[in-house]
Amino acid sequence: MSKTPFCATSEQDQEIMFKTLGIESFDDLFAAIPDHLRADSVNIPDGMSEMEMMQHLRRVASKNASHLVNFCGAGFYDHYIPAAVNALSSRGEFYTAYTPYQPEASQGTLQAAFEYQTAICRLTGMEVANASLFDGGSALIEGAMMALRHTRRNRVLVDEGVNPIYREMLRTYTHNLSVEYAEVPLGKNGIADREAFKAAMDDQTGAVLFQNPNFFGCLDNLKDVIDEVHEASALAVVSVYPIALSHIETPGAMGADIVTGEGQSLGLPLNFGGPYLGFFAARKKLVRKMPGRIVGETEDGKGRRGYVLTLQAREQHIRREKATSNVCSNVQVCALRAIIYLSLVGREGFLEVGRECMDRASYAWHRLMEIDGVKPAFNRRFFNEFAIRLPRSAKTVVSELIEQGVAGGFPVGRYYEEMDNLLLLAFTEKRTKEEIDLFATKLESTLNRVEEIV
Amino acid sequence: MKLIYEKSSPGRPGVQMTSIKISESEEIPSRYLRSAPPELPEVSEAEVVRHFTALSRLNYSIDTHFYPLGSCTMKYNPKACEAAANLPELTEVHPLWPQLWGGGMLTQGSLAILYRTERMLSEITGLDEFTLQPMAGAHGELTGVMLMAAYHDDQGNDQKDHIIVPDSAHGTNPASAMLAGYDVVTIPSDEKGMMDFDFFREALNEKTAGVMLTCPNTLGVFNTRIREICDAVHAVDGLMYYDGANFNAIMGRYKPGEIGFDICHLNLHKSFATPHGGGGPGAGPVGVVEKLRPYLPISRVKRRTEGTYVLHYDEPKSIGYIAPFYGNFGILVRAYAYMVSLGKEGLLGTSNRAVLNANYLRERLRLLFGVEKAERCMHEFVFSGDFLKKHGVHVLDVAKGLIDRGFHPPTIYFPLNVSEAVMIEPTETEDLDTLDRFVDVMKEIFELAESDPNALHEAPITTPVGRLDEVKAAKDMRLSCE
Repeated sequence: MSKTPFCATSEQDQEIMFKTLGIESFDDLFAAIPDHLRADSVNIPDGMSEMEMMQHLRRVASKNASHLVNFCGAGFYDHYIPAAVNALSSRGEFYTAYTPYQPEASQGTLQAAFEYQTAICRLTGMEVANASLFDGGSALIEGAMMALRHTRRNRVLVDEGVNPIYREMLRTYTHNLSVEYAEVPLGKNGIADREAFKAAMDDQTGAVLFQNPNFFGCLDNLKDVIDEVHEASALAVVSVYPIALSHIETPGAMGADIVTGEGQSLGLPLNFGGPYLGFFAARKKLVRKMPGRIVGETEDGKGRRGYVLTLQAREQHIRREKATSNVCSNVQVCALRAIIYLSLVGREGFLEVGRECMDRASYAWHRLMEIDGVKPAFNRRFFNEFAIRLPRSAKTVVSELIEQGVAGGFPVGRYYEEMDNLLLLAFTEKRTKEEIDLFATKLESTLNRVEEIV
Repeated sequence: MKLIYEKSSPGRPGVQMTSIKISESEEIPSRYLRSAPPELPEVSEAEVVRHFTALSRLNYSIDTHFYPLGSCTMKYNPKACEAAANLPELTEVHPLWPQLWGGGMLTQGSLAILYRTERMLSEITGLDEFTLQPMAGAHGELTGVMLMAAYHDDQGNDQKDHIIVPDSAHGTNPASAMLAGYDVVTIPSDEKGMMDFDFFREALNEKTAGVMLTCPNTLGVFNTRIREICDAVHAVDGLMYYDGANFNAIMGRYKPGEIGFDICHLNLHKSFATPHGGGGPGAGPVGVVEKLRPYLPISRVKRRTEGTYVLHYDEPKSIGYIAPFYGNFGILVRAYAYMVSLGKEGLLGTSNRAVLNANYLRERLRLLFGVEKAERCMHEFVFSGDFLKKHGVHVLDVAKGLIDRGFHPPTIYFPLNVSEAVMIEPTETEDLDTLDRFVDVMKEIFELAESDPNALHEAPITTPVGRLDEVKAAKDMRLSCE
């Protein structure tokens, strides 16, 4: 067996090459590295054949729980992925290509990115979109930074209903990049607190961040509060869940200046946290401040339509320390999966997926409200996710449900200390009526059982 | 080719997504609803498949073409690594499951992969700890510079105000340094393409937070004074940052951490064979020496004494969350599969062959570029195409001519300190015939530059479109389908 898998030259080839170079061995090539700098040894295991490697990976992977019925969402959802998404995005012509800096040799990547940008504009009701960023969190951070660049201000104001994981990321970036960070507590009804926002905005606030539906699944129409943001000469950044945009009001229509979100639900597996898809859209007048790659339409000398990376003067490989952002990559394969997904389900199918998610959440809501001790956490305006209030710690209830094969939601207390009894539940088109009924039954017996012990 | 939206016609059914209706949900008041559904395409499944298959065929890719793209390490992406990353037991795991039960006990497989990947990268780089969270090289750089800042802050050292970067560095280096609030001091290169040592000594002072370097550098040259540089920087309590973009040359040969580097990012989509994806997703893990460990991003994966794995969130000095979870897990699995396939011998064998291929190609091409002197390079090399100017030909024309002849062009106009730069990196996964064929084609193109320069100005002619008007694109700003 070859000790250097994937390498292409034979020993005979290497002899020819050595002769061309007038050397005896590989060592002669590394004469520039002084002896005292060389590594004595690299202590990693011996290599494996392809078969052994796959057996090893299967063995390791089997240590994951994979039998769980999942009601845990919290911004990352278990949607069905049509088979054609994998089949098409696994084409080597797409995923083994480089960044399309040579547009004539990359029209496939570029046109797909242009189609993706179009879809993001149409979903969000915005005018321009970039070719993607790492994930929904980094997209939101880039949105906040872009708003600060535009307003030349230095304070970010964030609704507490924004995903707490993203708020953690925002704290990291603002702290390390010397930006002032402030939060507005959640309103009593589970949505953005209008009065509190009015009071919190000042003349240094450049970016105001919302999420809709928010972390608790609550729906809002943010138009009035976005008007207030504009009144204060700041920009509004809204993070959204793309499947909800099948039915709910677009942030564009609410007046948002920048829209970001996690595109994982558009044909990407959960994959233990990545790779994901950060989408990013904005008003056209802001386009020159937009981070990331952007694809534009143009023509060749013969008038044939084609696509190129455009507005590159914003980027770090040209602007270096004056760039709009240090981000130099997008997640093209993920964006490709999203446009393939949206094309496959199409206009009607997308509405249907959204409708089925809402129906399942609505059914579950009624079913769960019948259980003694279960109460709504907030109002009834939700899309596919909502929080319920339990008579005791949601964390312990969830761990008891796990032992019965159900990932029964996300205990909110992990991120909101005062909400220890709140359980966040998500429903996608994949969950069946039987699974929801079974979950309700298990939750009921779990709650009852402890009451008996007490 | 038509856009998918231009193939749309009302009522054409796509994939059927659901069939069982379980209930009617309550009507949501109209103030929460959009007035019209998003205008997505209405195209049959078969047409969608044909559309994207046809698009894919407009691309050059490693699976179809040789890609001697300097500084990008476009090596073959093993299919087995793809297969490993697509195991459903890995792809179907929700990132919040570790928090639901037993401190990660639902996801021991995924955590084991994270832990072992960290340990192997630490061993390969000679650094003590790794974070796998950065989602690309530039993200790793920003993380690294944030770690620098956190270290100096924690030392109570508030006079650090700049980072030193050589002029041959990738553009992301200065961009990352600026974002973290540091000024950038750029050092010119000497005649060998290395950071000018005298200029460097002059720029270095107590206010230097750190120095960012690639080694070998972007010209494919190994800096023999690297140890001196590290010592000088440490003497002012600065930190040495290793940009791992060029790591493929030295895997298993030397360890940045042993030489004196304190921080290092690796591009898994370069040296560790994960795909470039037409522009991502990548992964840019960051390694650090022990004194920087407390500042690494949350969460940290740890091994319990009984051999299980757990995530730690309680790290008071950490810079915090730089990613929502654990990085681009799917990419990390590919890199893990690649590393366990290679093993220690394969690692060294890989860099040996990468450097041999580069040297062979350099030797065969040098006279064509009018370079008299036979010199050794590492995994890549840079020539100047200045001599073509007398024919009115630029390296851009050479690049387009290569496309017509079935090769993806090398990197051109980078590094910035070489006029008409052509930067070539063949990688170890190309065989001798491919390298020889590339030489023949370069020769043909140079002859054409002399005999019929216009033919090169018109290239490419075999692609679906010819040279595109980039000025028009920037002026018209058509960024989506109307």
